[in-house]
Amino acid sequence: MAKPPKKSPKKPAAKSATKKAKKSIKRVPGRPPKNAAIARPDTDAMLGLYEEMLLIRRFEEKAGQLYGMGMIGGFCHLYIGQEAIVVGMQSIAKEGDSVITSYRDHGHMLACGMSADGVMAELTGRRDGYSKGKGGSMHMFSRDKNFYGGHGIVAAQVPIGLGLAFAHQYKEDGGVALTYFGDGAINQGQVYESFNMAALWNLPLVFIIENNQYGMGTSVSRAAAGRALADRGKAYGIPGMQVDGMNVLTVREAGAEAMAYCRAGKGPYILEMQTYRYRGHSMSDPAKYRTREEVDAMRKQRDPIDTLRELLASEGVENDKIKTIDAEVKAVVSKAADFAQASPEPDPAELWTDILIEGRAS
Amino acid sequence: MSITITMPALSPTMTEGKLAKWFVKIGDAVSPGDVIAEIETDKATMEVEALDDGIITALNVAEGAEGIAVGTVIAALDGEDDDAPESPPEAKAPPPPATKEAPPQPAPQPTPSVAVEYDGEVAPLTIREALRDAMAEEMRRDDRVFLMGEEVAEYQGAYKVSQGLLDEFGAKRVIDTPITEMGFTGLGVGAAFAELRPIIEFMTFNFAMQAIDQIINSAAKTLYMSGGQMGCPIVFRGPNGAAARVGAQHSQCYASWYAHCPGLKVVAPWSAADAKGLLKSAIRDPNPVIFLENEVLYGQSFDVPTDPDWLVPIGKANILRTGSDVTITAFSIMVGKAMQAAEQLAEQGISAEVIDLRSLRPLDMETIIASVQKTNRFVSCEEGFPFAGIGAELSAQVLEAAFDWLDAPPVRVAGADVPMPYAANLEALALPQVETIITAVHEVTYQKGGE
Ligand SMILES: Cc1ncc(C[n+]2csc(CCOP(=O)(O)OP(=O)(O)O)c2C)c(N)n1
Ligand SMILES: [Mg+2]
Repeated sequence: MAKPPKKSPKKPAAKSATKKAKKSIKRVPGRPPKNAAIARPDTDAMLGLYEEMLLIRRFEEKAGQLYGMGMIGGFCHLYIGQEAIVVGMQSIAKEGDSVITSYRDHGHMLACGMSADGVMAELTGRRDGYSKGKGGSMHMFSRDKNFYGGHGIVAAQVPIGLGLAFAHQYKEDGGVALTYFGDGAINQGQVYESFNMAALWNLPLVFIIENNQYGMGTSVSRAAAGRALADRGKAYGIPGMQVDGMNVLTVREAGAEAMAYCRAGKGPYILEMQTYRYRGHSMSDPAKYRTREEVDAMRKQRDPIDTLRELLASEGVENDKIKTIDAEVKAVVSKAADFAQASPEPDPAELWTDILIEGRAS
Repeated sequence: MSITITMPALSPTMTEGKLAKWFVKIGDAVSPGDVIAEIETDKATMEVEALDDGIITALNVAEGAEGIAVGTVIAALDGEDDDAPESPPEAKAPPPPATKEAPPQPAPQPTPSVAVEYDGEVAPLTIREALRDAMAEEMRRDDRVFLMGEEVAEYQGAYKVSQGLLDEFGAKRVIDTPITEMGFTGLGVGAAFAELRPIIEFMTFNFAMQAIDQIINSAAKTLYMSGGQMGCPIVFRGPNGAAARVGAQHSQCYASWYAHCPGLKVVAPWSAADAKGLLKSAIRDPNPVIFLENEVLYGQSFDVPTDPDWLVPIGKANILRTGSDVTITAFSIMVGKAMQAAEQLAEQGISAEVIDLRSLRPLDMETIIASVQKTNRFVSCEEGFPFAGIGAELSAQVLEAAFDWLDAPPVRVAGADVPMPYAANLEALALPQVETIITAVHEVTYQKGGE
């Protein structure tokens, strides 16, 4: 169950961020809590995790293709490689918890249960998209699924996540605000303003740092001073943990501990997910800041989907079962792509709607 | 099954590219993620990855070929049939959404005459190169000048504007920052108080919103508050305004925001010559200067004076085209559209005078008023929101100073008064186009078609 705040994190985590970033290929041992707040999932549940991660992977590959064909415009940031994080975290979130993230948001939306059709149609800028085509890749929302976006300004979502947590506490609804942001975002001042208020008022907020080792072309070691990013809340008394973000089971265990801590009214928690993005920062990325070998090694040795597939095989799950899931996922994505291309462009009159709410004073 | 590989669009503004290198040959087997080619775009050199498993059966474009349009078939693959319930998307090859109002393409621009006083040598440069050269020349000239911002050094600039500067000037003077706009903007202000000459690059001006307190409350006001002791010689520069399809948080013109504030100078060049000459003046200026660039213009070429001592003074507008029926003012990307509109208007027998404002604060009202007194009609153009925009200020000043000369109320051409939408058709409707300017001119000249 939930543990009291501890001196966090211990040894490997306490190494400098600099060293860690250089050895990004190295497996960062997660620190699954001794008394995991959550049981290991059974085979069916694991197949569910596999399916969700694969859905994000295939969805993103398709989005990349559609971008190359000119069907998607502007900025398009793919989540490929990082799937275990959002799938692991959302698999233990409770109904009513809220979620917010940056522009690298397609995976988060799918993991929150938003439809592949609606997300893809937003990517193509069509009227059946989640924002009627007016938001695009970086700006989608679903009040229904408690997904609060989709934000384009680095770290701006963090204090907004703080506000979501404030509302959970205010309304006493037992919810937790899951606030995702990057290793680049961690250096913005508003993150520390948020740490302070979250700790000061014991807000139910999990700060999830998706440390994919780079913010655009800048490695963590060139942007972040000091110790592990998980340690950044120390001065505020916020416990932090470094987690192997390439393993969905480790993510789940860490997430369960953090959420239990929040739900027990003890305040915020920081999870630093060690992960990696396989693709460029956005579609236009010259990728000269890292070697192809580094990317390949990560893909071949640490891939979260391959890892889980192998685990499932070793536990006796038949290959046919996996193949069926693969085919189903492919069909969902293929249908979403067709849907997104068939959906009409927004009505020109939509240009002038949704600027202010008219006549609904209460 | 055969899968075609097309020239991919690798950035929001890319329309064509060069196939720099093939990494595969016919007969090679590839899997998703394998690099098959290297492509040079308007911004960078990038690797193209295979998206499917298969064997390369054709390479349709020679290595080194330039100007290959996005969507051109560059190679073919014999794909592995993986009993997929889907036909490959390439096979469908649907054209990009057929919007009538496609987002504006950077149209070829006429090369304007450079500053009147100059009759020396010129050479063609893109705006991107002109900006880089201006910074390099000033850094050579004055070792207090340094460049700081996100991705300016090792990455060579998010939009490749600072290409080569790290090599020439080293890491002491070309400095990559963490993503901390408020922090490095404050740093720049402090360094300027301490008599260095910072150039602070914002990846785009949208992100300067994180730092606007330091720009206004610290950079702009301290000279006054210190009774003239504490000057702040700093340049804040970066792309401003809409790019293409990047949505509301990444597409906004901030010209009127900064122009509103005493204590700042604000410039927004259109041509490469002005970009270079004004940036050099901005770096030498003892005051904080907001230097608004435009991403869509970075790749456009213009003739630029080669003399490194050639400057464009801040605060002087440039009459790009003389005319007698209407005065059109514009700045930054809208200048190109105003020039196109003027050409079309000439065919209709309307003679438009086009003034490139270049500088928004100080504003060269003298030139504008003189022109309005001649043409008796006034149209202002900007990409930003109309409300309290640059056009509002211009109209007010024109009315104050030249009311008796006007034959029609001034008309403001501006972006739609809505956050920028993402959808291609809505974005085109939100941005002022050449036709919008023509309509506005019809309005002030009471021509058919005017409202
Ligand atoms: C305030 C602000 N500054 C700069 C940018 C441009 N930008 C977009 S993403 C990004 C890198 C962010 O890196 P990180 O937080 O590690 O997230 P990742 O992209 O790796 O998911 C930058 C600099 C921005 N969107 N907002
Ligand atoms: Mg990152």
